[in-house]
Amino acid sequence: MEVKTIYKYPDSLEKKVTHYCPGCHHGIIHKLIAELIDEMNLLEKTIIVWPIGCSVLGYEYFKVDSCVAAHGRAPAMATGIKRANPENFVLSYQGDGDLASIGMAEIVHAAARGEKITVVFINNTNYGMTGGQMAPTTLIGQKTTTSPYGRDPKVSGYPIKVAELLSNLEGAAYIARAAVNKPTRITQAKKFLKKAFNAQLKEIGFSLVEFLSACPVQWHMTPLKALERIENELIPYYPLGEFKVKEGVE
Amino acid sequence: MSERVFMKGAEALAEAVIRSGCRFFYGYPITPQNETPEYFARKLPLVGGLYLQAESEVAAINMVYGTACAGKRVFTSTSSPGFSLMQEGISYIACSNVPVVVANVVRGGPGLGGISPAQSDYFQATKGGGHGDYKVVVIAPSSVQEIVDLVPKAFEIADKYRTVVELLLDGVLGQMMEAVEFNYDIDPNSLPEKPWALTGAKGRKKNTIVSFNLDPEKLEQMNLELKKKYDEIEKNEKMWEEYKLIDAEYIFVAYGTVGRIIKTVVDEEREKGIKVGLFRPITLWPFPYEELRKFVDQAKFFINVEMSLGQMLEDTRLSILDRKPTFFYGRTGGVVPTTVEIKEFFEKKMKEVG
Repeated sequence: MEVKTIYKYPDSLEKKVTHYCPGCHHGIIHKLIAELIDEMNLLEKTIIVWPIGCSVLGYEYFKVDSCVAAHGRAPAMATGIKRANPENFVLSYQGDGDLASIGMAEIVHAAARGEKITVVFINNTNYGMTGGQMAPTTLIGQKTTTSPYGRDPKVSGYPIKVAELLSNLEGAAYIARAAVNKPTRITQAKKFLKKAFNAQLKEIGFSLVEFLSACPVQWHMTPLKALERIENELIPYYPLGEFKVKEGVE
Repeated sequence: MSERVFMKGAEALAEAVIRSGCRFFYGYPITPQNETPEYFARKLPLVGGLYLQAESEVAAINMVYGTACAGKRVFTSTSSPGFSLMQEGISYIACSNVPVVVANVVRGGPGLGGISPAQSDYFQATKGGGHGDYKVVVIAPSSVQEIVDLVPKAFEIADKYRTVVELLLDGVLGQMMEAVEFNYDIDPNSLPEKPWALTGAKGRKKNTIVSFNLDPEKLEQMNLELKKKYDEIEKNEKMWEEYKLIDAEYIFVAYGTVGRIIKTVVDEEREKGIKVGLFRPITLWPFPYEELRKFVDQAKFFINVEMSLGQMLEDTRLSILDRKPTFFYGRTGGVVPTTVEIKEFFEKKMKEVG
């Protein structure tokens, strides 16, 4: 009988146990990135810029060249890397506090310049690493350690829809929002991610995939409840799909 | 290969950077150093280089950080308020052990201050600026020719120690026009390989560049490694100028533009038969403490002159260790002291001390 490998541990991932909390989606998203690096034969040319936040140790899990940027500055650092060596495939991996708050200027301008980098944006609607404080993406009414009575728009304004915001910029070649709370969504997320990779490889422009990601510990939920929250609370406010697909992106 | 041209300091700086084999400039416009980025914007594309205007100084220094991680020579220039914004990045760069050269054309502060020349960023430049236990090599030229001569040296030191080197200038040096000679033109492709750089893990194991360690013992070790490097730099890289010091009884201590002004004061006082000289630190960190201390026995007193309210004064006093009187004369807020007022101050002190 012929044996065919249809599912395996990605070659570009180190065989390590990660530090992520049970039910956290970083692991699934890392794996999607690693699978694409393998499938698209990118291991030898990839450079990943890791953020400040839960995934700050991400470089330990990939067999690719990596660095860690200052809080919010990953798109600027990625710009410096990509401009120095345009033949490299440059990925920046950022959380919502990092990208949508302190680093908003850097991400907007990287997109506006049409910087040929790919950003994986993890939106878990709070600052996970520092103890679950309010983020720019925290939903109205959501309780966090710094919005203990629920986020009040009169005080803290409204959650930022990053994918929609960036898709208005001319330099953006591909912008999508995905979730990985169901197997079908994981398949869809990988398709989005592949298009984002291609937008860079084909030198079309800036690309970003926003992931609605579970944070069961800071949401004070079981991992299964967290999956339901993504479905019932996050997706209605942050709809999934492609927001910008420039011609030539496949 | 030597070439003599008439150039403005700010443009000579940019030309020197290009001739040092640097092809990447990221920056944000701020007065009084705009001629430098403008020169890069004109010239870099013609030599296959990149001028990229960032959205802020914060972004600029992080672009610099990225290009340095990718193994290329890279440069940025700014002025005081912009330099403050760059401190976050400089702290990260220092800890990451990547080579970067930065110029700060100092203007009057604090806050928004003004746009006239000053030396009031000495503390920020030499004592840290950003957070953490790190040092930055600080080089302070005092003429346009010296800018031209020291820029390749700045890149050499940056690459040799994988460290941050800062050129501390002021608006006078930026705006001054002088005849200068370039006797170098380094091909970026001739520079040594940087095997630690992020270029893609082809044919080797992955490279990682980080500026942190969550284990305090390991972070302490990272700091101790940095300290070792800084000790080496202190041992090997001090630069200073001794001007008419052999028999000097009165010794001026000044750097940069003020150092140049003092040379005129020294010459004019010498004409009167007064034995006066100048000690001019060229590296402000590492500061030439021992080299200045050698003159303590022969001197009646020292005068430290700055375009600040007395910042290098602290290092001057650490050299002299209160073994001889040390006076201070300074103007601040963008005022450049004149030879006349410095001479008046000096002659008054001479009468007082004898």
